[in-house]
Amino acid sequence: MSTPETPSRAEIEDFIFHEAELLDAWNLTEWRALFTEECRYLVPTPSADPYASPDSTLHIIADDAFLLTERVKRLGKRTAHAEFPHSKTQRLVSNVRIAASSGDEIHVRSVFATFRSRHGRVDTYYGRHEHILVREAGALKIRQKRSILGMEALRPQGSLSIIV
Amino acid sequence: MPSWRTAWLINYFLWQASGETDVDISEIISIDTDRSRFKVHRSGYVNQDLFAAERDAIFNKSWLYVGHESEIVTAGDFVTRRVAGRDLVLARDSQGAVRCFHNVCPHRGAKIVREKSGNARSFTCIYHAWKFSNAGKLIGLNGPETYPPGFRQDPQHQLQPVPLLDAYRGLIFINYDSGAVSLTEYLAGAKEYLDLIMDQAQERMVLIGGVQEYAMRANWKLLAENAVDVFHLQPLHPTYFDMIGALSGSTPSFKGLTGEAHYLGNGHTVVEMDTPAGRPIAKWMPGWGEESKASIERVYADLVRRFGEERAFRIANRNRNLVLFPNLVINDHISLTIRCTEPVAPDAMDVTVWGLAPEEEAGNEVAVKRRLTSFIEFLGPGGFATPDDIEALELCQKGFASLQGAPWNDFSKGMASNTTSWMDEGQMRYFWVEWRDRLLRNCEVAA
Ligand code: FES
Ligand SMILES: [Fe+2]
Repeated sequence: MSTPETPSRAEIEDFIFHEAELLDAWNLTEWRALFTEECRYLVPTPSADPYASPDSTLHIIADDAFLLTERVKRLGKRTAHAEFPHSKTQRLVSNVRIAASSGDEIHVRSVFATFRSRHGRVDTYYGRHEHILVREAGALKIRQKRSILGMEALRPQGSLSIIV
Repeated sequence: MPSWRTAWLINYFLWQASGETDVDISEIISIDTDRSRFKVHRSGYVNQDLFAAERDAIFNKSWLYVGHESEIVTAGDFVTRRVAGRDLVLARDSQGAVRCFHNVCPHRGAKIVREKSGNARSFTCIYHAWKFSNAGKLIGLNGPETYPPGFRQDPQHQLQPVPLLDAYRGLIFINYDSGAVSLTEYLAGAKEYLDLIMDQAQERMVLIGGVQEYAMRANWKLLAENAVDVFHLQPLHPTYFDMIGALSGSTPSFKGLTGEAHYLGNGHTVVEMDTPAGRPIAKWMPGWGEESKASIERVYADLVRRFGEERAFRIANRNRNLVLFPNLVINDHISLTIRCTEPVAPDAMDVTVWGLAPEEEAGNEVAVKRRLTSFIEFLGPGGFATPDDIEALELCQKGFASLQGAPWNDFSKGMASNTTSWMDEGQMRYFWVEWRDRLLRNCEVAA
């Protein structure tokens, strides 16, 4: 892969905000297409070291490319009962920064608050995203997205049935 | 009669006499043997007085899971837990003895240990610095000169131990009732199934990977039902089986598989059953890759050597969902997990889940990864199945709000044939009868 031209924060922000918009619109197929072929989507368990390996430490979500595809397929089905009908969600993303660039990777940090309303109740998930982006044929792609929850536990939220 | 009990009985009679709630414990279950109907009144899941009565009649008298021996291996290791509304410290003291005491300062009541786990020789209360050994003994007073002689040695001034503490095959339980039967007597027939599970390890089981902590806005008994409810698998979890199908190349089929429910005494139940998927000990499935086949077969051969063909086959090939009354669930299937519920309110519970593996597997990266992945895909709060269980249980709880117009839950499946098929509801009937009888037994004390 060629050396990426250094992206501006504005370009990165546009990308991250676009991602959030796709998720709010439940356009998960297009969202899935933002990832590189080999990819990961990680949500560490709040009580654990967020950088521990998912191979040895429980995560709430530790999807590789296969599981991420299956997750998106699942969320498109009526039998994904926890999300049918779809919850309404609203994502706020802020504090976007390019934390580091190494090789072809651009490490981006942001913070988020995701509101999910369903059955008359609102749950808030908050924390920080750490994206590892790369450029493929000029377009930014996600090699890894790690969403580190800021809560102590999934209480009272209970579960995480949406993409945070 | 101890005063807490008197207080409770008075409340119970006030509640009976007030007529504000129409709850009579003996009528919560309606059994019509002639017509093979078993109904549970939905007030059993929503009534605040019943919730308080459960705390006294069930949780204050049953053996309750508190932790695993592998969490407190070294002298000084401790974990903090909440069990039936009380904060506890479970520790291995400097002499190597397992201790469990209320995490409450005898001085003026502050919670003392704030960490979830750690290693300590002593615990010091932040408020006025009373200091306790890891055996719960008061070893330091702030300004001791103005305390009377003998004050430090007074049993009231030590960390208060829970009345009973015992372990079975690595699982540590406590009992808030000093007059309770022994743990082994309490576990009754469940011991056979705990043995089938713990025998999967050559020596002992250990917790792996940490913990999952989540919650459900649903009554705690709904999870006890759900854990041995097998006929919900196909309607509720098709997306899970779709994923396993995509992993393995074909959707797993339940055709030709069998399973049975067993009633194990004291309200404990198990469903033991064939599985269309894999088991880490020791049933290989294609989704785990050819490379893992040989090691799983080696584990199987070892089981045969240790236990003979028949028992090895049973240990390795059959799944077990075990409910230890009242609130502990052990799922021995594609992963091995301990799930403990903590009732918070009639319509809310906290759930804590740990993964288990044989100690000899704990250093094997591939095997640990297989267990953790299988755990979070199915039973994790962000997995492919548990979020849908939570949705279903929360929908039940919502439905119970209409109990005045729609008052009864049905558990009649399989009652007419009097069989104990895994696809029936006998195991839930057994749980509910135990629940009712324990509440009634406590009320009889008053009569
Ligand atoms: S409350 Fe603990 S020392 Fe005073
Ligand atoms: Fe389920």
